[in-house]
Amino acid sequence: MSDITAATTAEAAGDRLDKNWMIDKGLQALMFICGFSAIIFVLGIFIFVFKEGAEFVAHKMDFAEFFFSPKWRPTSLSNPTYGILALIAGTAAITALSMAICLPFSLGAAVFIGEFAKGKTREYLKILIELLAAIPSVVWGFIGLAIMNPFIIKTFDVPIGLNVLNSSLILALMAAPIVTSLAEDALKAVPDAYREAAEALGATRWQMIYKVIIPAAKNGLLSAALLGVGRAFGETMAVLMASGHSINMPTSMFDSVRALTATIAAELGETPVGSDHYQALFAIGIFLFIITFVINLAADLIVRGVRKG
Amino acid sequence: MFAATERDFQYKRTEKMFRALFGFMVLILAIPVLMILAILLIKGGPAISMAFIFTDPTNGMTEGGIFPALLGTIWLVVVSMMASVPLGIAAAVYLSEYAPDNWVTRAINLATINLAGVPSIVHALFGVGAFVVFFRFGTSILAASLTLAVMTLPVVIVSSWEALQSVPRAFREACWNMGATRWQTIWNVVLPNSIAGILTGVILQVSRAAGETAPIMFTGAALFLPFLPESVFDQTMALALHLFVVATQVPGVPEQLPYGVALVLIGIVMIMNTLSIWFRMKLRGKKKW
Repeated sequence: MSDITAATTAEAAGDRLDKNWMIDKGLQALMFICGFSAIIFVLGIFIFVFKEGAEFVAHKMDFAEFFFSPKWRPTSLSNPTYGILALIAGTAAITALSMAICLPFSLGAAVFIGEFAKGKTREYLKILIELLAAIPSVVWGFIGLAIMNPFIIKTFDVPIGLNVLNSSLILALMAAPIVTSLAEDALKAVPDAYREAAEALGATRWQMIYKVIIPAAKNGLLSAALLGVGRAFGETMAVLMASGHSINMPTSMFDSVRALTATIAAELGETPVGSDHYQALFAIGIFLFIITFVINLAADLIVRGVRKG
Repeated sequence: MFAATERDFQYKRTEKMFRALFGFMVLILAIPVLMILAILLIKGGPAISMAFIFTDPTNGMTEGGIFPALLGTIWLVVVSMMASVPLGIAAAVYLSEYAPDNWVTRAINLATINLAGVPSIVHALFGVGAFVVFFRFGTSILAASLTLAVMTLPVVIVSSWEALQSVPRAFREACWNMGATRWQTIWNVVLPNSIAGILTGVILQVSRAAGETAPIMFTGAALFLPFLPESVFDQTMALALHLFVVATQVPGVPEQLPYGVALVLIGIVMIMNTLSIWFRMKLRGKKKW
């Protein structure tokens, strides 16, 4: 107590350089550095991933081959080729199908939990969603491998169950809790005054949801959907284990494919540090980083638009 | 005077229909997952015993237990926690208590969101480039834990920030009016009132770090090691990677073994998350404001 009094009198005397004041300023600087570390890490990720891949991108990479050739043959002795088109197609197919499955259900579930469910039901559903979101991706991959694989083979009568469909189902179930809880947050962010006004006008609950709440929350919902896409796009272990991991331009959902993320995970361990192959994997990493950065930035800008408006 | 018209009944029907439809969507999402968890429990349950948890894997990992992997996961989680928890809480304190509303603060927030959104395999590449190669930690517990720490930092920042924000502004104002400095207010008033909320975030960080595979694959976790790690510069086995290995890399593994590993991993994560939820609920009941 006495040192607080001391601080006041010191300030009153115009002498601000007392001990407590210095501690305060010192710790403020320290906290700022810790806060700033988030920026340093994002820059660090970009710099270090770029550093390892830069030589390949600058000197050895043929842009046309990299993006438009489906031939990923980094281990060929005579003529290694580094085309990621098939990997992009694999990732795109899995992401698109998983989101087509996940988004309608998650947004619907968010509306139910946020607007229809009440009291205990809502509480329990939210806990359930939080727990489901915590299941590690390697466990999902194992589920794809051990449970979905035989299930798909039996149900659709196809020779291989590790394919676009399998990994999309897994990713959809994985991303659903995240999209649902983000979308529910977006619905919750709509001011209660909107609900009260709608009810005062005699709207039923559904009319209120459909005509007032969803339009008011649409940016938040869109951003939740985008973050879901980012999540599916960047998922690694589950896709590695459930997609079949064979290089293919997919023509149906029963084709095995290979994803960008899974390629890095499967091959990085076998490549010597500094080799062309190693650098090419880092070049894929740069590509992944840029795409997810853009997705996250877009999601953030969309939400910010809501707050300003 | 206000008798229900045909139109009112129609509205009621529409509402019931949509309520049922959206409720059905919740079930569609939840039931398959619950079924899958039940299958894991039925198939993995018999594999789990005290011996499974406390013995080494033997015979090319097709028999025996998971002890070194479990111990390795504890190493990784503890070391990553030591790095990300103080850093994350300090960052949250800055964002919640000091940060002015300017572009630096917005950039920090954006960076936090991005850190959470970067794919785990890109974090792994960063770990290899920065900790393994550049800082010369080699493939070690230290490199793997630091990679995990960077990856889980947003979890700590966001949940600590929420806990700090839930302390009413009047508490701070009362303290400032007594002539306390900002730091005295934070240390004596804000942190004691939000410590339980911060703790739930720490628990979530642990659960997240325990389940990650990709970031540790190339930075410090090994497929198999015949000895236990003795310092942070050793490599280690880890539970999440062990599941990947027994599920995909080793031929002739009996069916129930990977189910058992998956069940232990999911058990750890679920216990951690339940603990964090329980903590939060207890907290809500105890709040004085």
